[in-house]
Amino acid sequence: MTALLTILCIALIAIIAIQIGKVTELASKIRGEEDMQEIVNRRNGNYSLVFMVVFLVACIISAGYYKNYMLGYGPHESASEHGKTLDSLFNITLFFTAIVFFLTQAALFYYAFKYRGARGRKPLYLPHDNKLEIIWTAIPAVVMTFLVVGGLDAWNDVMADIAPGEDFTEIEGTGYQFAWHLRYPGPDGKLGTRNFKLISGANPLGQDWTDEKNLDDLHPSEVVLPVNKKVRVRITARDVLHNFYLPHFRVKMDAVPGMPTYFIFTPTKTTEEYRQELSNYPEYQVPDPNDLEKMRWETFNYELACAELCGTGHYSMRRLVRIVSEEEYKAWLSQQQSYFLSSIRGTEDDPYKNELLDIEVKQRKLEFSDAIQKAIDATDAKEKLLRLNYVYFDAGAAKLTELSRYELDNLAESLNKYPNMTIEVGGHTDNTGDAAQNLTLSSERARAVKDYLVGKGIAASRLQAVGYGQNQPADTNDTEAGREKNRRTEFKILTQ
Amino acid sequence: MANAANNPMSEEDILIKEQGYDDHFHDHHHGDKYQSNFITTYIFSQDHKIIARQFLITGMIWAIIGGLMSLIFRLQLGFPAEDMAWLKPILGRWITLNEAGLGSIAPEFYYAMVTMHGTIIVFFVLTAGLSGTFSNLLIPLQVGARDMASPFLNMLSYWFFFLAGVVMFISLFLSTGPFSGGWTAYPPLSALPQASTGSGAGMTLWLISLVLFVVSVLLGGINYVTTVLNLRTKGMTMWRMPLTIWAFFVTAILGILSFPVLASGFFLLVFDRGLGTSFFLNEIYIGGQALDHVGGSPVLYQHLFWFLGHPEVYIIILPAMGLVSEVLSVHARKPIFGYKAMVYSILAIAFLSFIVWAHHMFMSGVNPFISNFFVVFTLIIAVPSAVKVFNWIATLYGGNVRFTAASLFAIGFVSMFISGGLTGIFLGNSAIDIQLHDTYFVVAHFHIVMGVAAFFGMFAGVYQWFPKMFGRFMNESLGRIHFWGTLVGAYAIFWPMHYLGMAGVPRRYYKFDVFESFGQFATMNKFITIAAIFVFALQILFVINFFYSIWKGKKMTTKNPWGASTLEWTTPINTGHGNWEGNIPTVHRWPYDYGKDGKDYISQIQPLSEGEKDGGDH
Repeated sequence: MTALLTILCIALIAIIAIQIGKVTELASKIRGEEDMQEIVNRRNGNYSLVFMVVFLVACIISAGYYKNYMLGYGPHESASEHGKTLDSLFNITLFFTAIVFFLTQAALFYYAFKYRGARGRKPLYLPHDNKLEIIWTAIPAVVMTFLVVGGLDAWNDVMADIAPGEDFTEIEGTGYQFAWHLRYPGPDGKLGTRNFKLISGANPLGQDWTDEKNLDDLHPSEVVLPVNKKVRVRITARDVLHNFYLPHFRVKMDAVPGMPTYFIFTPTKTTEEYRQELSNYPEYQVPDPNDLEKMRWETFNYELACAELCGTGHYSMRRLVRIVSEEEYKAWLSQQQSYFLSSIRGTEDDPYKNELLDIEVKQRKLEFSDAIQKAIDATDAKEKLLRLNYVYFDAGAAKLTELSRYELDNLAESLNKYPNMTIEVGGHTDNTGDAAQNLTLSSERARAVKDYLVGKGIAASRLQAVGYGQNQPADTNDTEAGREKNRRTEFKILTQ
Repeated sequence: MANAANNPMSEEDILIKEQGYDDHFHDHHHGDKYQSNFITTYIFSQDHKIIARQFLITGMIWAIIGGLMSLIFRLQLGFPAEDMAWLKPILGRWITLNEAGLGSIAPEFYYAMVTMHGTIIVFFVLTAGLSGTFSNLLIPLQVGARDMASPFLNMLSYWFFFLAGVVMFISLFLSTGPFSGGWTAYPPLSALPQASTGSGAGMTLWLISLVLFVVSVLLGGINYVTTVLNLRTKGMTMWRMPLTIWAFFVTAILGILSFPVLASGFFLLVFDRGLGTSFFLNEIYIGGQALDHVGGSPVLYQHLFWFLGHPEVYIIILPAMGLVSEVLSVHARKPIFGYKAMVYSILAIAFLSFIVWAHHMFMSGVNPFISNFFVVFTLIIAVPSAVKVFNWIATLYGGNVRFTAASLFAIGFVSMFISGGLTGIFLGNSAIDIQLHDTYFVVAHFHIVMGVAAFFGMFAGVYQWFPKMFGRFMNESLGRIHFWGTLVGAYAIFWPMHYLGMAGVPRRYYKFDVFESFGQFATMNKFITIAAIFVFALQILFVINFFYSIWKGKKMTTKNPWGASTLEWTTPINTGHGNWEGNIPTVHRWPYDYGKDGKDYISQIQPLSEGEKDGGDH
């Protein structure tokens, strides 16, 4: 309906316009062409003047109106160190161009008005004026030189890569259709190598898991950075061109498949500080349309966007960016789990399936020594019974799995530490299968553990191996979870 | 001379007869074998004036299509929540309906419209429609030639353009839609059909169309350059050529040097798409699959593209500048101020336009060091551009300005060129470009400086030379309404976009509500869309005026209605094939003797009086 009305309005205007055209043509016939032209000149000369005034005033008023949304003014000062330089360059350029803009636009329309044609006016024969031309060639040349020097000085500063020995955090942003995938180095501070041929659903960045640097890398879902610390963003793309764009930080760089780029910046305001600054402006003291409970300044967030056309979802590649204090950053970082450990470990893609990573070995050792210390300190005999959590056998056999040795090595170490300690190793099974066979199996399994420990140099006399079969279940045998708990190897500290 | 019996010979006719150069044209004129029937006269014509009209009308049709496309995507940007179901009868499945029956424009279609709008306006309208029309019309007429150096190649130039248009038009109706990866067609998006539906058959047709278009530009360009260099009439030295001719001449050289580079980029892209090469592709994982392409660089394509792409903006704006210089001078009744400075500015701009291409690529991952050179050369262009602006303003100064639709559009051109040119100083400075690159600030900049300004130059040219093309005038009142409405409307569309850009809003976004930072300008976007609809309606007014005037416009009764000194106005009102019926006029002076020695104007064919210095010699 609105559309129909609009079309009708336009048609009406067109018809009126054509009639006006006809009428004025008629008028010029009646009045004579020259008279008519003079009227037209006077009228359009006046229009020129009016347009000039309205246009220039509208420029100033609209700029004032939108001041608090724009770069470098009001609350939207840059939130990064280099951004302040860019903002001031912008303003210097604006200063010079505004002068030229107002002078030339005013002269253009004013001259059109002032020298509107009139019968009898003798136009000036002025083909050129060398002095004038030299002046107005020289002035822009000088101003341009000034702007170029300032611009290039800033540019080379901003774009310089990290100097050797400089302290910085490196993160990585990878664009794909249609999102950003973020990667942080883990405690080692280094990002691992990638190979696009390794990319799969489980390995979105094609990280090479045989590279140890990859194992602790994090894949957080938002960009969190400490304030006042230099960041180098390594920018890559997986499929087509993207552009890593952080508007509040004046950061923008294409993400190119096969060619990593970078951008270095230092955030200077935390999200909270930026919100506080916004709160001083009336534009932000209104309820947020998406969350009426809060003011707009309260819901403000930094954002990461894409600024290079990458397909139909180009407009939707948003990630949240939070700038926090150093302490908050550390706290956040410690909560993040390595992508490898959370999503790859133990799956088909895990190249370390049959070995433990150093970090896991360390962790289990700690766990074991804590447990055994507790058992030694305990007085209650029940608490001197410990389960060997990571000792497993091949199904239906008494052959220790490869990974069991780590736990048994921990046990051997403790036995060496306490030379007077003697233990009983007990084998248990669940109730599936024949009870007599289970008993034999559990004895053989206990024996296998004993043999392993003896192989590690522990005197056989300190070790007793006992098979309990299915007679001492630790949990119900009715559920799989319960049965799993019942299939176990334990040891009891006899003397210490 | 058919009319000689009725009209007494004017002073000018006598001059041409007595002083002109006799090339024995008359001996061959009987039974023009090149224009013997309707088809050879109006369709496969080799007459530059007919070809000019063909370029103009084809360009206008494309401008309407391109403009309508912009309205479609502006509707999406201005009224993202509004029901678009009413467009479904026209756009079919590109309008998707939700459960409630509310229609919205599909994102693929939005991007296809953005892409086609850019391609069509840049190449088909502002290159072919502008330079094709006026180079063809004015070069032979203003240098005093019977026709182009090769009328046959000239005809082919139009028909290759026509064919390019046909192919592009067909691509609009593909089931996968036309190409949708931006008019710059950056790979890998443009190279991989799996990256976007428009990158399939749509992109194939896009490439074919533009390769045909390159052929058209080259055939035309070779002709323009040859004609200007070899077919100038006696006395028409280079320094006596009107600025229009200088502009067309330099534009043609730019086209000849840069379009083949674009074509080479397109060919490599075709190879990457079809033959499994990897010129522009490297380490890509897409659609669940790692591709075999390795070793190429997407940035290489950008270099090849912008090696044309930057000169291209001058291919668009230089002809407009030439037309505006001529129109301003004629209607201010004053010589163009600083003729030689204007010529040198054109040459300087043209030369510099070849060494600034990477300023489109500051943020594309090229070595930041190399950007230093491109910043310097880019900002140097501001100097000749500023000189031109000052000279245009100085041309108005002290004039006796006759306001016609043509002169108004010429003044409007200068205003637009100032507004859009100044923002180029921000963008050309790489440090500031970090923030502004690919935001609406860029959209505002190039639309004002090479979109609206070039259109204004074109309108000035159409209103000015319409009588030469059709023997009738366009309606002046409608022309002036067209001008004032478009001037105000165009600023209303593009001025606010500066603020969007300064707020960081990126271009080529289907909608803004995903981001808090970009979603605050709904009112402004609505305003821009309404202004765009208003401006488009005014252009329809122009089209109505144009076609109405071809048949019903006020008839031309004198040969030289504007009192201009250039040669085209010495030809008969109904200019036939060969342009002058008898001798070709001989030129004795520069083209800008307006208001000299108390005379309103002195035609170029007037011999210098005793002791008079040619106005161009300074």
